Amino acid sequence: MPEYQTFEHDVLVIGAGGAGLRAAIEASAAGVSVGVVCKSLLGKAHTVMAEGGVAAALANVDERDNWKVHFADTMRGGQYLNNWRMAELHAKEAPDRVRELEAWGALFDRTKDGRILQRNFGGHKYPRLAHVGDRTGLEMIRTLQDHGVHRGIDVHMECTVITLLKDGDRVVGAFGYDRERGRFRLFKAKAVVLATGGIGRAYKITSNSWEYTGDGQALAYHAGAELMDMEFVQFHPTGMVWPPSVQGILVTEGVRGEGGVLQNKEGKRFMFDDIPELYKNQTADNPEEGWRYCQGDKEARRPPELLTRDHVARCIVREIKAGRGSAHGGVFLDISWIKEKIPKAAEHIKKKLPSMYHQFKQLADIDITQEPMEVGPTTHYIMGGVRVDGDTQMSTVPGLFAAGEVAAGLHGANRLGGNSLSDLLVFGQRAGKFAAQFAKEHGAGQINVAQLEQAAQHALEPFGRNETNGEGPYQIQHALQEMMQDLVGIVRKEDEMLRALEGLQKLRKRGGQVAVPGNREYNPGWHTALDLDNLLTVSEAIARAAVERKESRGAHFREDYPNKDAAAGKFNIVVRKGTDGSMQVRRQPLSEMPAELKQVVEDMK
Amino acid sequence: MKTATFKIWRGDANGGKFVDYTTEVSEGMVVLDAVHRIQATQANDLACRWNCKAGKCGSCSAEVNGLPRLMCMTRLNDLPLDKPVTLEPMKAFPHVKDLVTDVSWNFRAKKKIKPFKPRPPDTPDGTWRMAQSDVDRVQEFRKCIECFLCQNVCHVLREHKLHDEFIGPRFFVQVAALEMHPLDIEDRTEELKQAHGIGYCNITKCCTKVCPEGITITDNAIIPLKERVVDNFYDPLGKLVKLFRPKAQK
Ligand SMILES: Cc1cc2nc3c(=O)[nH]c(=O)nc-3n(C[C@H](O)[C@H](O)[C@H](O)COP(=O)(O)OP(=O)(O)OC[C@H]3O[C@@H](n4cnc5c(N)ncnc54)[C@H](O)[C@@H]3O)c2cc1C
Ligand code: SF4
Ligand code: SF4
Ligand code: FES
Repeated sequence: MPEYQTFEHDVLVIGAGGAGLRAAIEASAAGVSVGVVCKSLLGKAHTVMAEGGVAAALANVDERDNWKVHFADTMRGGQYLNNWRMAELHAKEAPDRVRELEAWGALFDRTKDGRILQRNFGGHKYPRLAHVGDRTGLEMIRTLQDHGVHRGIDVHMECTVITLLKDGDRVVGAFGYDRERGRFRLFKAKAVVLATGGIGRAYKITSNSWEYTGDGQALAYHAGAELMDMEFVQFHPTGMVWPPSVQGILVTEGVRGEGGVLQNKEGKRFMFDDIPELYKNQTADNPEEGWRYCQGDKEARRPPELLTRDHVARCIVREIKAGRGSAHGGVFLDISWIKEKIPKAAEHIKKKLPSMYHQFKQLADIDITQEPMEVGPTTHYIMGGVRVDGDTQMSTVPGLFAAGEVAAGLHGANRLGGNSLSDLLVFGQRAGKFAAQFAKEHGAGQINVAQLEQAAQHALEPFGRNETNGEGPYQIQHALQEMMQDLVGIVRKEDEMLRALEGLQKLRKRGGQVAVPGNREYNPGWHTALDLDNLLTVSEAIARAAVERKESRGAHFREDYPNKDAAAGKFNIVVRKGTDGSMQVRRQPLSEMPAELKQVVEDMK
Repeated sequence: MKTATFKIWRGDANGGKFVDYTTEVSEGMVVLDAVHRIQATQANDLACRWNCKAGKCGSCSAEVNGLPRLMCMTRLNDLPLDKPVTLEPMKAFPHVKDLVTDVSWNFRAKKKIKPFKPRPPDTPDGTWRMAQSDVDRVQEFRKCIECFLCQNVCHVLREHKLHDEFIGPRFFVQVAALEMHPLDIEDRTEELKQAHGIGYCNITKCCTKVCPEGITITDNAIIPLKERVVDNFYDPLGKLVKLFRPKAQK
């Protein structure tokens, strides 16, 4: 039996992004002992990369904003597949969660009267995103990290969890390895919070880092929890496309919020060509009105560039497919044009979008204050994930909680920009609170040593193979990414997805023969090999759910079913592991929205 | 296709050596791309850290041709590719493996800094009012991505190894962010002098030169902090005034 070290906490939080840190702070404030595990160093989780801002109806910039408008915007953006309870709590609690960050030392950009400034973003009716230039995520994670380090939370950095441990129905701990030395670690816990983020690495073109291999979704799935809405993968409309090495890196929606426009190679603002019915009332029908909106004119409606991400991404794909794209297969995003409108435009752009300015200057030799950027869609976010209770964030497995990107529900079929950072805060806090409560009400469980031994043995198998009887992990990962990009991407078709499912079977076989050289010390090849299992599991869940949803809605677009189907708008798709180990797909009818909330949705139409 | 050769330090705490890898290079590539390509095709177990690939997370710090850089923001076409590009781990921290060092000391040093302590809220709804011009200065410091390149070049840590007595430029930036925060009412001058060892800094400005975020570490953070320490400890009159007006200079 391989050796392992044992650690014990009341609550174990897996993940140290915004959701994990917020959960850990809350649990520790409730008086239980808390441990946090994360794959990278503290402060490097995805949250650090978030740019545009955090959505909360503070009404600092437009006093007409309130939780009801935010709720209705979120539901409309999610095409009403959202868990309405989560959308309600999120809209109501986000303002307090943001103000709390200020009390912990965060410094947001200010309004003229000294309050937190808010900016426009796609799908939000009023300027709603509290921000710090275009590095909001850094401000948020650093604030939580620095606040958290003084609360006696134990942090296990660079440590990857490979399996959740169960005692009967209940989750009682986790098992993993430290990346530095490759030694196994057992974490006993009375409650576990998953805050592991997304799945972007399942695709070739992505804004996501190596960490985003769907670990949390896969861990939960194998522990018997249900996953929901996995077909809804958000392709952000604006990723970098040139040079090739930066393909996929995000260009914040904040560029469009500040007045940036999308153009095809003919110089046409093509977003005016196709404005969906649901948004006709709220969208400008001429450039002048759009610009006035970006300048804070409350009478003006928002420009079509700020329609929801799913729609903007598809319009871009349409332009490129029709041969109206840029030289490198994207379209143009231009912010430099605002010099026609305001004095000192270059300084203004550098102040509002400093990291975009540097990103393009340093990586693409483009000065965005002078010339347009080339952009195209990039895999960005998954709306789906672990199915949780809207109030407590507990999954269908007792003792297992999930918050942040790894959880499903808040965003429905499409997430609005800025609603993720607020999601992390609102539901991180809730998950921490209810996990602590669960830990107080339940004793420590029994660790099943056999389960742990099996996981350890499985993890070490790749070292027993070499090139002659196995294959390198990177080749398999790249093959998976190519396939998902081509067959289960922005535009989907039944036959292609069925091919993808067959392809996944083959890749699983190859994955079973993965070989890594070297030893267990800081070996990225080994880490990649172990993450493969998770990528395969979430890819299968995405493909199966996408086959099952025979309509187009939100981020899920089917060429063979290009329209919305009212009947399909009444259920979520849920996958879980069957008793025979195969993936089961079922439809879960939406729960009835209370009359008051229905009224809110009606009033805001 | 064009190729380039990379001389990469391979090994662990017990020792190591440079190993040459030749790989294809294409337009726009950065050093981290080359490392990834080598990792995927020639050396699966080559250790390096990275996350964002866009200069936002501060994970990929290393020494490129002897200069401390973020690998993801170092373009190959800015380097002479007619000779091998050398890649080494940072030197001021214990070596783990290949390009990875043990930076955990930084996280311990950070814990020594007294946390943020705000004044009571300005309004009954529990919020504060701050002008943008008052937060600009602190926002510069809060851009820090904790790449620890400044720590890596500071001679107090790199040569003199005074890790127990000196928190290093990164954490002076953090103390400055707290001390100049418009809402903060904590006093950290005692620690700055004692536990944080600000006196060891002799303003060589090496830290400022390498900061990828362009933070003017020495002029804007360290020097004002040094002045604060001097004021507090050697100016009894100033100290008396401060007794009645805490944070008068904020
Ligand atoms: C470039 C970019 C820009 C964005 N901009 C915005 C924005 O402006 N506004 C907005 O609202 N949203 C934005 N988003 C989305 C948002 O940043 C993310 O959805 C959010 O940060 C996810 O936070 P999280 O806490 O759920 O997970 P993360 O911050 O990703 O953290 C996941 C954590 O889990 C750990 N982990 C994962 N697997 C394991 C494992 N097996 N074992 C142990 N630990 C594990 C990781 O190490 C990490 O610490 C952006 C995303 C990107 C990529
Ligand atoms: S200026 Fe001070 S902190 Fe910066 S490198 Fe020189 S001695 Fe170190
Ligand atoms: S101050 Fe600059 S060099 Fe130092 S850690 Fe922060 S970003 Fe890096
Ligand atoms: S990978 Fe994030 S700074 Fe280089």
